[in-house]
Amino acid sequence: MAGYLVRRVLGMLVLLFLLTTTVFFLFNILPGDPARLTCGKACSPTIIEANRHRLGLDEPVLTQYGKFVAGIFVGRTFSPDSPEPIVCSAPCLGYSFKRGEQVLPLIMRSAPVTFYLAIGAFVIWLVVGISLGIYAALRRGRWQDRLIMTISLVGYSLPSFFIGLLLVFFVIVKWGLLPFPSYVSPFENPVQFTQTMILPWMVLAALNAAFYMRLTRNQVLETLGDDYVRTARAKGLPERTVIVHHALRAGLTPIVTAAGLDLAYLLGGAIITENIFSLPGLGALAVNSITDSDLPLIAGITLLTASLIIFANLIVDLLYAVIDPRVRLA
Amino acid sequence: MSQDVGRKPEAYLSVSDLVVRFPSEDGIVHAVEGVSFSVTRGKTLAIVGESGSGKSVTAQAIMGLVDRRVASVSGEVWLDGEELVGMPDEELRGLRGLKMAMIFQDPMSSLHPFYRVGDQLTEAALVHQKLSKSDARSLAIEMLRRVGIPAPGQRVDDYPHQLSGGMRQRVMIAMALINSPALLIADESTTALDVTVQAQILELITKLQVEFDTAVILITHDLGIVADIADDVVVMYGGRLVEAAPTRRVYYAPEMPYTLGLLNSVPRMDRERVDRLDPIPGNPPSAVNLPEGCVFQPRCTYSHLVTDGACVDRNPDLVEAEPGHFVRCHLPGAERRRIADGVLATLAGDPA
Repeated sequence: MAGYLVRRVLGMLVLLFLLTTTVFFLFNILPGDPARLTCGKACSPTIIEANRHRLGLDEPVLTQYGKFVAGIFVGRTFSPDSPEPIVCSAPCLGYSFKRGEQVLPLIMRSAPVTFYLAIGAFVIWLVVGISLGIYAALRRGRWQDRLIMTISLVGYSLPSFFIGLLLVFFVIVKWGLLPFPSYVSPFENPVQFTQTMILPWMVLAALNAAFYMRLTRNQVLETLGDDYVRTARAKGLPERTVIVHHALRAGLTPIVTAAGLDLAYLLGGAIITENIFSLPGLGALAVNSITDSDLPLIAGITLLTASLIIFANLIVDLLYAVIDPRVRLA
Repeated sequence: MSQDVGRKPEAYLSVSDLVVRFPSEDGIVHAVEGVSFSVTRGKTLAIVGESGSGKSVTAQAIMGLVDRRVASVSGEVWLDGEELVGMPDEELRGLRGLKMAMIFQDPMSSLHPFYRVGDQLTEAALVHQKLSKSDARSLAIEMLRRVGIPAPGQRVDDYPHQLSGGMRQRVMIAMALINSPALLIADESTTALDVTVQAQILELITKLQVEFDTAVILITHDLGIVADIADDVVVMYGGRLVEAAPTRRVYYAPEMPYTLGLLNSVPRMDRERVDRLDPIPGNPPSAVNLPEGCVFQPRCTYSHLVTDGACVDRNPDLVEAEPGHFVRCHLPGAERRRIADGVLATLAGDPA
């Protein structure tokens, strides 16, 4: 087990390194001059050149790459020979020329919003999706099953911007049940936070819950026919124990895989939902950075999102071992 | 409580006129059609038949493992003075694992792969008895010891995949017997095992049967393993009971042509020509379209001897040929015995 963990972590580090390299070179071959973005309309070639030198963009690409990587591990200083050097301490993901700010603090400011959004939606969709999935499996072929599967299909087919706009229109505009969304930290004003988040949570949860209902239903139906479930019944266990502890437990692996990856993906920013509800999260930041051609920021967000997915993969694999003892010894 | 005619008063389990039908795409599946038998504590009843003969469904119907929302179960099943057919699910669940237990064919897939052996054992005990967790654990270790698992104190924390097939079947037996049920149903429990392990498991079941004073129903397609163990044999074909008798009579004085066919298909070392088995011609009937008349008639090599065509027209009644020996066949008794004698003589190696 320890050896497995070490191998996995090493593999993860290699993957992260390759990822960093790819992201760096990808953004270096993209068209567009980052130095040009540093000054506004009244810009002269002299200022652009000065800024280019200040940000180290006049150096060979490999040198720039070395500094970029070094920045991540030990930090770096932009324009060290100028009177106002910019110190970017490790882990330094770069400097946004457009915003005149380091990338990491920018991301860290938006991350909590996305974090609350993702976790809230995640809890709702797991609870709703798995319980309705089990219920549908138990009522297989009857009207409850068909109703749940129809709801699931509808939920799965509707795009999130449509559900989002529908909810905004009815719940906020027409019925006035909730105030217009305006994000505050939950520590500052928990009531306003909840009022703002409840619709975005529902939008994100609806889409995913639909998928988890189907997945759970199919998993449970598959394992309900297995021999060990018959054994559990023959022991005289209560039906609930048979379903949850025997059937669902055995079919849990694909659900855990999907949940881990979906959560990681969502933590990287829910672009559409954040924009509909004006939430200043990572998704909104990503969209802004792209419209501004803010390359360092795009690169930073890309790195963060990809790292989350890689990390989630590791967690999911470790959870396999918790779920299935046969994996532990393999 | 109504006293059934065919019921022995001392029987722990008595089944009478059990019928199990399932709806299917192709029509109604007649899985079990009017089967009756009974078994007493300390005795073993073997239910023998080909796959699809309804023997497993019979067992599952007794245990209440047939989904009654789908299947229709009728007839009577009396267990220790209680009628199980029509009993509410929750009450029936309370009896499963406590008064009656079952072990299945494939020990590889019958244990949950994710739980420790000990946890699966104690689960069966904790749900029916008021036990502390530590008492349940000691009981689990004690049961593992009784079914002959070495180092039970360590094995109790193993996962099923760490055990061999024979060991797993021992665990299944320990699990079934942990609440000392008075009825144990073994459904093809040795079929998936090596021959040497088969013998060990059967020996173990017999040994524990004496210790626990259990009534055992042994379901098998293999007449070969029945001889030493069973007190009585029920032969099933096409969902119907076609012959029922004490074991010795089934081997030495069978009367139903199907039973003869089964005996004829068992490879035996004492036969003259071991290379020539006589399989029963044809295939078992579809449980959806049971033949009119006798279910075995399409495969019966002697039905032409019944000249009035009764084999094709009418399902024969179960008649008591000798006290305790029931047969479902249109052939006259004398004719049946003449045929049986001929077949048995061939089996014994005499030139026929």
